[in-house]
Amino acid sequence: MFSLLPILCLAGLGLVLLIVDSLQRRNDHAGYWVTIFGLAACILASFLTLDSHSEVSGNMIIIGGYSHFFGLLFLISALLTVVLSKEYLQRAQRPVGGFCLLVIFATIGMMLIASAGNLIMVFLGIELMSISLYVLAGFFRDRVKSNESSLKYFLLGAFATGFLLYGIALIYGASGTTSIALILEKCPALSASKIFWSGIALLFVGLAFKVAAVPFHMWVPDVYEGAPTPVSGFMSTGAKAAAFSAIVMIFARPFVQGDSIKLVISITAAASMILGNIVAVSQTNIKRMLAYSSIAHAGYMLAGVAAANQLGRTGVLFYLIVYTFMNVGAFGVISLLESEEERFLSFGDYSGLAKTRPFLAALMAVFMFSLSGIPPFAGFLGKYYVFAAAVNAHLTWLAIIGVLTSVVGVYYYLRLVVVMYFDDREPIATNPSSIVSVAALGCAAVVVIYLGIFPSWVIAFIDRLF
Amino acid sequence: MNNSPVLTYVIFLPLFGALLLLFVRRDKITLIKSLGLLFSLVTFVVSVYLFVKFDSTNSAMQFWYSKPWIQSLNVNYTVGIDGLSLLLVMLTTFLTPVAMLSAWNSIQQRVREFTFMMLLLETGMLGVFCSLDLILFYVFWEGMLIPMYFIIGIWGGKNKVYAAMKFFLYTMFGSLLMLVGIIWLGYYASTIPAPGRFTTDLIQLYSIGTQIPVAIQTWMFLAFTLSFAIKVPLFPFHTWLPDAHVEAPTAGSVILAGVLLKMGTYGLIRFCLPLFPQASFAFMPYLSILALIGIIYGALVSMVQTDIKKLVAYSSVSHLGFVVLGIFALTVESVQGSIIQMVNHGLSTGALFLIVGMIYDRRHTREISEFGGLAKVMPILSTFFMIVSLSSIGLPGLNGFVGEFLILLGSFTSKFLSEWFAIIGATGVIFAAIYLLWMYQRVVFGKVDNPANRNLSDLSIREIAVLVPVIVLIFWIGVYPGTFLAKTEASARQAVLRTAGQYQLRNLAVTKPGGGPQAIQPGEGNTGHKE
Repeated sequence: MFSLLPILCLAGLGLVLLIVDSLQRRNDHAGYWVTIFGLAACILASFLTLDSHSEVSGNMIIIGGYSHFFGLLFLISALLTVVLSKEYLQRAQRPVGGFCLLVIFATIGMMLIASAGNLIMVFLGIELMSISLYVLAGFFRDRVKSNESSLKYFLLGAFATGFLLYGIALIYGASGTTSIALILEKCPALSASKIFWSGIALLFVGLAFKVAAVPFHMWVPDVYEGAPTPVSGFMSTGAKAAAFSAIVMIFARPFVQGDSIKLVISITAAASMILGNIVAVSQTNIKRMLAYSSIAHAGYMLAGVAAANQLGRTGVLFYLIVYTFMNVGAFGVISLLESEEERFLSFGDYSGLAKTRPFLAALMAVFMFSLSGIPPFAGFLGKYYVFAAAVNAHLTWLAIIGVLTSVVGVYYYLRLVVVMYFDDREPIATNPSSIVSVAALGCAAVVVIYLGIFPSWVIAFIDRLF
Repeated sequence: MNNSPVLTYVIFLPLFGALLLLFVRRDKITLIKSLGLLFSLVTFVVSVYLFVKFDSTNSAMQFWYSKPWIQSLNVNYTVGIDGLSLLLVMLTTFLTPVAMLSAWNSIQQRVREFTFMMLLLETGMLGVFCSLDLILFYVFWEGMLIPMYFIIGIWGGKNKVYAAMKFFLYTMFGSLLMLVGIIWLGYYASTIPAPGRFTTDLIQLYSIGTQIPVAIQTWMFLAFTLSFAIKVPLFPFHTWLPDAHVEAPTAGSVILAGVLLKMGTYGLIRFCLPLFPQASFAFMPYLSILALIGIIYGALVSMVQTDIKKLVAYSSVSHLGFVVLGIFALTVESVQGSIIQMVNHGLSTGALFLIVGMIYDRRHTREISEFGGLAKVMPILSTFFMIVSLSSIGLPGLNGFVGEFLILLGSFTSKFLSEWFAIIGATGVIFAAIYLLWMYQRVVFGKVDNPANRNLSDLSIREIAVLVPVIVLIFWIGVYPGTFLAKTEASARQAVLRTAGQYQLRNLAVTKPGGGPQAIQPGEGNTGHKE
């Protein structure tokens, strides 16, 4: 039970928060601080239990290095999201406590996915996570866009869940089990079964929807644009990482990937990279731009999954860490600046930010350079890893598509740097932001730089997971 | 001298200075400028130590230093220099303080950021010349784009955004394909018995060059060469250059022309030739033809420019064409000439940009037609201008002559190129004389027609201090090039042997009956690139 400590802590935190929030309707600060310290305690618990292993309730939940790794990632993503959303919510006069609660429940769902030993558990986790996110996307209930975002996400998400469930059912029909370990074991014997492969394919569709891979990406731009900005950041990192934890667990293995599944994943990856990067170029809204960039990054990570070798698995996990920090950071900068009149959502609003808010602009520049994969920032190493994995797996064409689309990516990421630094127009006024949130962003930027220069110990840690 | 971290100090001293600057208040401008200058000067002094201690009889890597970096990918932090890189390291550490000093008064806004970026840029450039691991090299190669991008974009001229973006995207496009090449090379090393594992260590990879199948070598060679050709820039990949040069501030242009372009030619000689010998031979004539086109085309376009800075920018295309020609002629003389010509071009074109910048600071225009008779109002500047122009033309006694002569001599005697390459290339020298002297005549001689020129002040002490060190080196290399040539000879010989030798060995092995893999004729690779 000791190894379950982080999840239990988090669930306990959720319950405590429910009470605190209902007692203190008028003062939101209590809920906020309880969440911050609670999440910090959970992160501490994760570190304490880092080396423990256990299996709970008949292999339903398997706690080990893999789940601890992802657990930490989700907790950090949640913590950054909560820290960065306080002022944003206060400006919009929305309750912080309820927001924190939903973030925590979503995080529990994510942790369940990463520690699932059974497809039913994956499904349960995805549902818990998604339902919380549906609500979070519509958290600004008086804004039309937020409602639209929530509804779209919900309808399409429900559809994707159907695929997922149907896939699980077919796999069960063919193999007689929903335990992931058993399914993987039976895989070679089932290689002739059409029902089994249909199930695997449907499972992939359901998960590809959650990671926002082409052609299951249609919801992404609208949902990210309409959702409260910190929520978009959380969805693009935590939720994506959670779905990837399931994908890597099931699909990044050579014996699950027959040639046809490998080809399907490769094509999905290539299509995501191409579509995401090219469409992002023409966006004028920064959140939409980041939404398409998120599709593109799903493509890069899927390239690592398609490679299905040690390098690929390590690469995807490393990429997820880096992506979490840089993307939460980028959305974080936007949420600190964004004001009620939808200011700071178009590129033009950022002109001269380097003069008015030099530190924020520098942070944003770091995140943008890292997202575009330029060394010495960590985004480069993530890309390097997945491309190296692809070349090793004889998918050189995928790596070439990856690098070519990265060039396109450079263009739109640097457009933001251009307006922030090179534009001589009069800058527009910005909101003041608290030291805590700026410090949180600073930490994210430091991690992005640090992991780009000294990645060795993190990679060694990830390598041990497989 | 191995396993001494002194090279690491040289590389990271500027970075350390840059980080230190972050703790200085932004309004203490003089302190910031002095700190920047101080750090670049200290770096220069340490690099002079390298130059003195460098053993010119040894062709192996010196000041070699290695530490594990990313163990699971077998990437190491490995640095070292040989005769090819030593002079370029010196050029970098020499030109950076010069450029900083030249910007003392012309950069007024965001001085702290400017100094920060310049120091960052210096670390990036030094890293490129010293890295002996391909991934480490790539990190510096790409990372150095960021400070240059900001220097052009923030302190540039009217079209700065366009120029900065074009510069970035062009370079990025080439280098990302090179990245795939690097990964593929590392992967290939793991499939053959010799290294037997994924590696990007340059010295190890040197030994596997000939084992790579020719068709794949061709692709890899193209990926690497495209990246370097864009940087050089080789015709027809040169279009980013005039934009970037014209829009960049003077200090940026000096570094851009002085050092950045050399990274391309350095890459050709350090990576392309020795790593892919057969493919290099197959493409030798084509690249030499491109180099020739560059020489002539650059010179012709220079001739018709109305903007002095643009003229100097296009002259770079022409001069770098010589360097590429020298590299692909693949004789010891021509390779040595190419190295020394890289330094020469850095000095003379750097100085030309400095002088253009000094004129621009006074008149805020660079149109040739705006000037005339500067000799009367600015005698000191005109003298310096004359020396530098003549050096750029290649007048005997000045530095340009040494490099161009060696390159032409080498390509004339080259076993691999017809002598026509040297003959056509030599016309470039004549063209250079035409466009530079004609420009000089229109700007400096004649009457002072334009009243705006009448009261121009001559160079200040600071400006003279900027130019004099460059002029001293111009004479030094011109009169006694032995100091510098001696350092390069062993390494140039080694580079030629590594490429030509491997190729010939392979060919000999192939001609034996039943021995070795399938026969590879020099012409066979030619068809490879048309696939």
